[in-house]
Amino acid sequence: MGRYLARRVASILPTLFFVTVLIFGLQQLLPGDPAVILAGEDRDPNVVAYLRQKMHLDEPFLVRYAYWLGGVLQGDLGESLRIQKPVTELILEKLPVTIQLAVMAMLFALAIGVTAGIVSAVLKDSVWDYAANAFALWGLSTPNFWLGIMLILLFSVQLGWLPASGYVSPLEDLKGNLAAMVMPAFVLGNAIAAVLMRHTRSAMLLALSADYVRTARSKGLAGRIVILRHALPNALLPVITLGALEFGTLLSGAVLTEQVFTIPGFGKLIVDAVFNRDYAVVQGVVLFTATVYIALNLLADLAYFLVNPRMRV
Amino acid sequence: MTRARETLQKLARRKGAMLGLACVVLFVLLALLAPWIAPHDPLATSWGAIRKAPSAAHLFGTDEIGRDVFSRVIWGARASLLAGIVSVSLSLALGVPLGLAAGYIGGWTDALISRFTDAMLACPFLILAIALAAFLGPSLTNAMIAIGISATPIFIRLTRGQVLAVKTEDYIDAARAVGNPHLRIALRHVLPNVVSPLIVQATLAIAAAVIAEASLSFLGLGQQPPAPSWGSMLNTAKNYVDHAPWMAVWPGVSIFLLVLSFNLLGDGLRDALDPRHQ
Repeated sequence: MGRYLARRVASILPTLFFVTVLIFGLQQLLPGDPAVILAGEDRDPNVVAYLRQKMHLDEPFLVRYAYWLGGVLQGDLGESLRIQKPVTELILEKLPVTIQLAVMAMLFALAIGVTAGIVSAVLKDSVWDYAANAFALWGLSTPNFWLGIMLILLFSVQLGWLPASGYVSPLEDLKGNLAAMVMPAFVLGNAIAAVLMRHTRSAMLLALSADYVRTARSKGLAGRIVILRHALPNALLPVITLGALEFGTLLSGAVLTEQVFTIPGFGKLIVDAVFNRDYAVVQGVVLFTATVYIALNLLADLAYFLVNPRMRV
Repeated sequence: MTRARETLQKLARRKGAMLGLACVVLFVLLALLAPWIAPHDPLATSWGAIRKAPSAAHLFGTDEIGRDVFSRVIWGARASLLAGIVSVSLSLALGVPLGLAAGYIGGWTDALISRFTDAMLACPFLILAIALAAFLGPSLTNAMIAIGISATPIFIRLTRGQVLAVKTEDYIDAARAVGNPHLRIALRHVLPNVVSPLIVQATLAIAAAVIAEASLSFLGLGQQPPAPSWGSMLNTAKNYVDHAPWMAVWPGVSIFLLVLSFNLLGDGLRDALDPRHQ
């Protein structure tokens, strides 16, 4: 156990190293002198000179990378030039909003995706199976920002049931917060529900054809108990670990969803930073998401290891 | 050749895949023939026809500066198809040689390429594309480059995995035994045997690239106004959803149909090419 753990944790180090190289390397793509670009419209020579010195632009690439990495290792992702705040602070400020959105979206995705997956596997080749497959195809092919606009049209403009925007913190007004978040969460969860449905369906089909399910059936257990007690727990294991890997889709989707519903989260932070040419924020956000993704991946592996005794041999 | 024919026959028996193919062909024709099919100039503004509901003169209505939405949807097919095909070609051009090198050469080459692939896969696809497009500057070309690079690691990983499986086959040993140089073995004996899964993945990647281009354009990082693109049309439409909903409906329906068609085609190809389904 200890050795596996150590090996698995050690294996993420080279990946993290390459992630930092990749993200720092993005800066090299800027056409022209970064200091001049970052100095904005007026290109004040004093500002340019200050930025040059601050970003160590006169040093070679490797030296600049070393300076930057040194900061990153101490939790310093640089400073937003527009908002004049440390990037880490900005990220931590916006994170709770996106976490709430992501958690609500995942709940929608699990509720819809897993249910549809079970139904379509148990009733294979029935109308329900076809409907669930059509739903998955719909979920995978719908751009979520368009779905968001269409839901605003229906529920906000036509029916007037839900607000089209206007995020409030749950600490201030929980009801208002949920009303503002339910549509974005559904929109974001939709695509992931489709993926989870496909995973659940194939995992359930596999579980239903397994020997232990046949044994359970042959000793006379009711169909419902066989499905819920015997097949489902075994089928859900890979689904849950795969769910952790959908985190990337969740964050990519959050960028668009937050833009449609004007939610002041993580996604809005990166889009605003892109348009303000606040490159340190863009780099910080990408680095942060990649690190979280790698950490989640590791946790999913460890969870799998812990619940699956065969892995421990 | 018989294998290709067999695959095509299998594909032809799948209704979903054929429907997808027909729809893709239709969109390609729309894009190619846009100048002749579109009833209006997609850029021509008309102050007398601002946000007019769909009518005989304007099938899909008009937008906030009086442009014909139907004509813009037809011309928009160009940006979407171009982005889908060009960016996936770029991913293939970068990903296949790297995957082939990693799988065939092994050792340090493999370790280096694989760790770099892991690093890229750790960055969420769209967020990486947004970051790349942000640093490169907003334009359709840069959006295609950004999407192409972001989708590359999937192709590296897929090619590498396939090559590792093929490398142990007897015919590769035979080719080596008769004294073929490595490059020739890699290109003439390994590559042709890993093409099937690449075709499937490329078709599904086009679907993802079409959505990604629409997303980048929606955020203002792709096709720049006034040139028509479905994503940027939706970006504007979002602000008029209460007064001119038709502006938002048709570009979205078009993205959905094109993406669905490539997904159907990709699923069909997978079933037709996968030996387990035979």
